[in-house]
Amino acid sequence: MGLRNYIDKIKPNFEAGGKFAKYHSTFEAFETFLYTPDTVTVNGAHIRDANDMKHSLISVVFALIPCFLFGTWNIGYQHFLSLGADATFWQTIGYGLLRIIPLYLVSYVVGLVIEFTFAEIRKEPVNEGYFVTGFLIPLIMPVDVPLWMLALAVAFAVIIGKEVFGGSGMNVVNPALLARAFLFFSYPSKMTGDNVWIADKADAYSGATPLGTIFNGGSVNDLPSLSDMFIGTISGSIGETSKIAVLIGGIFLIISGIASLRIIVATFIGAISMSLLISDIPFYYHLLMGGFMFGTFFMATDPVTAAQTNIGKWIYGFLIGAIAILIRVANPGYPEGMMLAILLLNVFAPLIDWCVVACNIRKRKKRWAAAERSDK
Amino acid sequence: MDKIKIRKGWDIHLKGEATKQTESFEPSLCAVKPTDFIGVLPKMHVAEGDEVKTGSVLFHDKNNEKVVFTSPVSGKVKAIVRGEKRAILRVVIESDGKNDSIDFAAANPLDLSRNKLIDKMLQSGVWPMMRQRPYATIANPDDKPKHIFVSMFDTAPLAPDCGFIIENQYDALIEGINVLSKLTEGNVYINVCKDVPWRVSTDAKNVVITEFSGPHPAGNVGTQINALSPINKGEVVWYCYPRDVVTIGKLFLTGRYDSSRIIATTGSAVHNRHYYQTRIGACLTPVLETEDNSRIISGNVLTGSNITNDGFLGFYDNQITVIPEGNKHKLFGWLRPVFKRFTDTNTNGDTRPYIMTGQFEKVFPFDIYPMQLIKACLIKDIDQMEELGIYEVDAEDFALCEVIDPSKTPIQQIIREGLEFIRKETN
Repeated sequence: MGLRNYIDKIKPNFEAGGKFAKYHSTFEAFETFLYTPDTVTVNGAHIRDANDMKHSLISVVFALIPCFLFGTWNIGYQHFLSLGADATFWQTIGYGLLRIIPLYLVSYVVGLVIEFTFAEIRKEPVNEGYFVTGFLIPLIMPVDVPLWMLALAVAFAVIIGKEVFGGSGMNVVNPALLARAFLFFSYPSKMTGDNVWIADKADAYSGATPLGTIFNGGSVNDLPSLSDMFIGTISGSIGETSKIAVLIGGIFLIISGIASLRIIVATFIGAISMSLLISDIPFYYHLLMGGFMFGTFFMATDPVTAAQTNIGKWIYGFLIGAIAILIRVANPGYPEGMMLAILLLNVFAPLIDWCVVACNIRKRKKRWAAAERSDK
Repeated sequence: MDKIKIRKGWDIHLKGEATKQTESFEPSLCAVKPTDFIGVLPKMHVAEGDEVKTGSVLFHDKNNEKVVFTSPVSGKVKAIVRGEKRAILRVVIESDGKNDSIDFAAANPLDLSRNKLIDKMLQSGVWPMMRQRPYATIANPDDKPKHIFVSMFDTAPLAPDCGFIIENQYDALIEGINVLSKLTEGNVYINVCKDVPWRVSTDAKNVVITEFSGPHPAGNVGTQINALSPINKGEVVWYCYPRDVVTIGKLFLTGRYDSSRIIATTGSAVHNRHYYQTRIGACLTPVLETEDNSRIISGNVLTGSNITNDGFLGFYDNQITVIPEGNKHKLFGWLRPVFKRFTDTNTNGDTRPYIMTGQFEKVFPFDIYPMQLIKACLIKDIDQMEELGIYEVDAEDFALCEVIDPSKTPIQQIIREGLEFIRKETN
């Protein structure tokens, strides 16, 4: 094949001692993007599963596509709705694309430049992790977020959230959520309130999200219908409004074995229990409002930052659900709790795992002690 | 008879099972490979050109002089092949076809003292067939093992049918089990499955038969030890393959080291797939009709060793697997859908940090946290390794984890190095 021959011809330039040796990681990233490597097993198991990190992570991107598509359409739909203007389907999509593509450009250019730079400095292969993070970040932003703010948030999340710990797989908190949290606390006026969720909305039109409505003392009667909230024709962060899209992607992730069903079920149990306990509105509103579903399927399940033991996953998920609702209901500062609940539990996940593993160790040591006694 | 069901695991189905026909192949070359034995430092007793009989000592282990390794055939020492740092890779014997063997004297194991019995096994060179956990090294004859385990079936991909192999050798098998019963004050656990049922009886008192079922690694002795009597810190158990129990039994029945062994040739890249009656350490290159660019593995695809270059069967193996090499690039391979199908030796991806979690647990039937133990081995923290259960496992128990690992890390090697680290630090 011509392309393969060309790659093999230029490859020596990027090896140690070659002209472009310092771009080795970059070259390798592009080479393995085009072709899977020809490496074979050496010792141990002679066969390996077809699944690798590229496959696993690309599955997450595939799973996000329904949210991306609906989010794109909804940007246009909400925009024209607020103006009271009629628009065709393609006008709606076109407007959405016009708004969402710059966000993606900023997210990927800033994030990948940092990733590639760190990979070259460390002389490590470029990790695929950012393809997921970069796809997630725009989906959890309000559509009106200024591009320079987005760039800042991405840089902060990738450098402070991930690279300082050693890159993908080593980070403590979910980088995409960290990007959002960074903006949330640095520029709150651009991240909450009624005016940021609809692109260039007419001033008179209320752009309140369902959560915002409840937060400001509204009742369930002031909310959009349950079916609107389920389908997603409401205002909110770009990718989270449609629960159908989230479910399609989420089920795909569960089937492909990437997302942990334990975490998802536990999060739902936690949220439902807490809303039955302390919330005035029916629990199913909590499941449909805000980023709960999106966070549960795509953020809480991030394998790097979630609990790693099976028992730990139940505890971790349950606490995310419960704390998210607790923040929503009990805290006076901001309407949404999902992001903060996940970030909080990201930090506590290692502790949860430590306790679970400690139980296993204690059981083993008891057995050792019993065996020693019976020897005597 | 107790029944134990193993729930976690995975049966990998590969193409190329062996048909149940046995052909005889008397090899002209046989080799004993010190590299088959963990931690053995060979001290040669013979030089190139020396005449040997079946059962003549070739070398002993410098760490334990009692443990000797003997010739599987009679003939002449053809070569002592050395590798890096002059380490001995294999001692090759050219067979004279006579199988002229040393008489170690037949005896009824139940009448012999434990020491006499061990001496006979050591002298004849069948002792290395007894191995111990932890570490999977050759058993130390001075140890008193808690129990001895024999797995009568193999669940690895394309594994030979154990029932078929020992079909006509039940006398020797029983004799061998009687030998084992004298070696431990604990039990001799004979672990069977539905396909290889237990249909004979023995006079030995301490034989316990258990029926296992479930997916691979249900047939791994490590899985069975864990289900029956997990190893505690400081304990030692011994284990042995049924084909080796037969060899031990024959030693006591006939007084001779009988190196004959029935093996299966399997895998999609070899054309003659059936059973061969051959010898331990046989060079099988003359019989294998393999395809170009294929890999010859002594053992199964999960734990076997690559013998493409020399073709000598490993000491503990009774299976040859030949599969295509996967040294090819695939265009946009990462976009191709993932099927649980195995064709060649390609790693299907590059090494990455550990990102996914909870996957190893699905194929790892131990009460152990696999990822945490792997990481403890990586950082060589002995306390953590012990606490997390390193003594209960061996590298082969992690083979399935290695196969499914999307980060493509050499997990068996990591565990082996962790075990070797402890073995060297504590002994």
